[in-house]
Amino acid sequence: MPDTSTILEFILIIVKAWVIAMVLFGLPLPLTWLERKIAGHIQVRLGPWRVGPHGLLQPFADMIKLLMKEDIVPYKADKLLFVIAPLLAMVPAFAVFAAIPFGEKVLIPGLDYELTLYLSDMNVGILYILAMSGLGIYGVILGGWASNSKYSLLGGLRSSAQMISYEIAVSFAVIGVVMLANSLSLVDIVRAQGGNILHWNILYLPVGPVWFFIFMIGSTAEINRVPFDLPEDEGTLAAGFHTEYSGMKFAFFMLAEYIAMVTVSVLAVILFFGGWNAPFSIPLPIPPIFWFMAKVAFFIYLFMWIRFTLPRYRYDQLMNIGWKILLPLSLVNVLATGLMRLYL
Amino acid sequence: MEQFFFYMFAIAAVVSAVLVISVRNPVHSAFYLIVCFLQVAAIYILLRSPFLAAVQLFIYVGAIMVLFLFAVLVLDIGREQFRERFHGQTVPALAAIAGLFVVMGILVVSGKITAPLGPFDEPALMKNTEVIGKSLYTSYIFPFEIVSILLLIALIGAVVLVMSGQGKENKG
Repeated sequence: MPDTSTILEFILIIVKAWVIAMVLFGLPLPLTWLERKIAGHIQVRLGPWRVGPHGLLQPFADMIKLLMKEDIVPYKADKLLFVIAPLLAMVPAFAVFAAIPFGEKVLIPGLDYELTLYLSDMNVGILYILAMSGLGIYGVILGGWASNSKYSLLGGLRSSAQMISYEIAVSFAVIGVVMLANSLSLVDIVRAQGGNILHWNILYLPVGPVWFFIFMIGSTAEINRVPFDLPEDEGTLAAGFHTEYSGMKFAFFMLAEYIAMVTVSVLAVILFFGGWNAPFSIPLPIPPIFWFMAKVAFFIYLFMWIRFTLPRYRYDQLMNIGWKILLPLSLVNVLATGLMRLYL
Repeated sequence: MEQFFFYMFAIAAVVSAVLVISVRNPVHSAFYLIVCFLQVAAIYILLRSPFLAAVQLFIYVGAIMVLFLFAVLVLDIGREQFRERFHGQTVPALAAIAGLFVVMGILVVSGKITAPLGPFDEPALMKNTEVIGKSLYTSYIFPFEIVSILLLIALIGAVVLVMSGQGKENKG
């Protein structure tokens, strides 16, 4: 019979997983509202305004609309894969968060119990995250193929080519960070950046900022956001891989996409911006989780800002950037980082 | 508990592997192959090699299978080709299977590939990545370099094949 501490540990893991899942399920609601509001203000209009004060209830209206919509499976579509594809897109997006740390240990007052703010500190954490977020592509490819539609198929194909091209650049950026931290564990990567802002990887001059830009460009392409949202280029491909999806299946794809954006923001913070470390020592008792959330929020805003500022790349430009600029730059940067680690 | 998980993953792996070669649709085949790879990754975790599991996911499932699917979708293999299963290779295939079983049988009987019996100490979980890295770059440096040269040759070969194809198109 396991003792009480083991049982408590077990229950805590389930509770943490449940809380993370619930937060992730709920997150697209404020994010869609924010995205529309930001779009509105950048384009000098108000954005959602009518449902609730400042359109705050708009996401709930959208949710009800998506739930009530007819769930159409196209004629001659591959039923099994058509139904599975949205789940294939969504499950890996959630699974990624099993390895993401939100902070160090926190002492619960009164209970005298140390709570870790992560599900697991894997010693291959960053590899696991790269692998898991890479799996989301199957929802896109298989969904595109199963829809039995030209637009969907082309959108799926574009995605697969784009993912393969940019995953290499992102992996190299991660290798750079691993070289700086000497560990694959995300908790260790954050610990290696402890102290003030000068210890963050972004300020490991001159290679830090280069890694950061490679990471940002690569991951923007991987999560299919502007300026790399070619898989859903509405001008040429209708809605890309999810042209034929409606109702909740479409909502699952959207959910996966928003969670992917959060994941990339979280990774950017953990890998380059010191995770939950404060930028400089402040005499006020600000919890580390606050810094973490603030930085993540900034990156989410940055992605939305980029979306409504930049035009979309052409497909050949996309491939050129991936293979002819980011890849050689990463290789040179690996060498530079290695030399700096050895001789500095 | 661990045995239960092992059997669960092993059965799923075998079933999906059989489905890979038995379903008619090449995209479904690729899908089941992905499922099979995922089960194998899970078994690696049971064997205390998280690094291997993550790399299996990252390289095989995340990259190679995407290219596989890409090729299957672009090439669009005709349905007629799929109606005939063995393409007249039944006899060589059966011979190869029989040969494999004989070789495996000899190895097992002579005790060359049976694991040592009795209790074993679990391999250390913590230094997994370092152990693999050190052994790759010290004791196994020669095979490692050979593999990298092989990969380089394959890469150059692929480029040459594509380039020669383009040349013909331009001339014609």
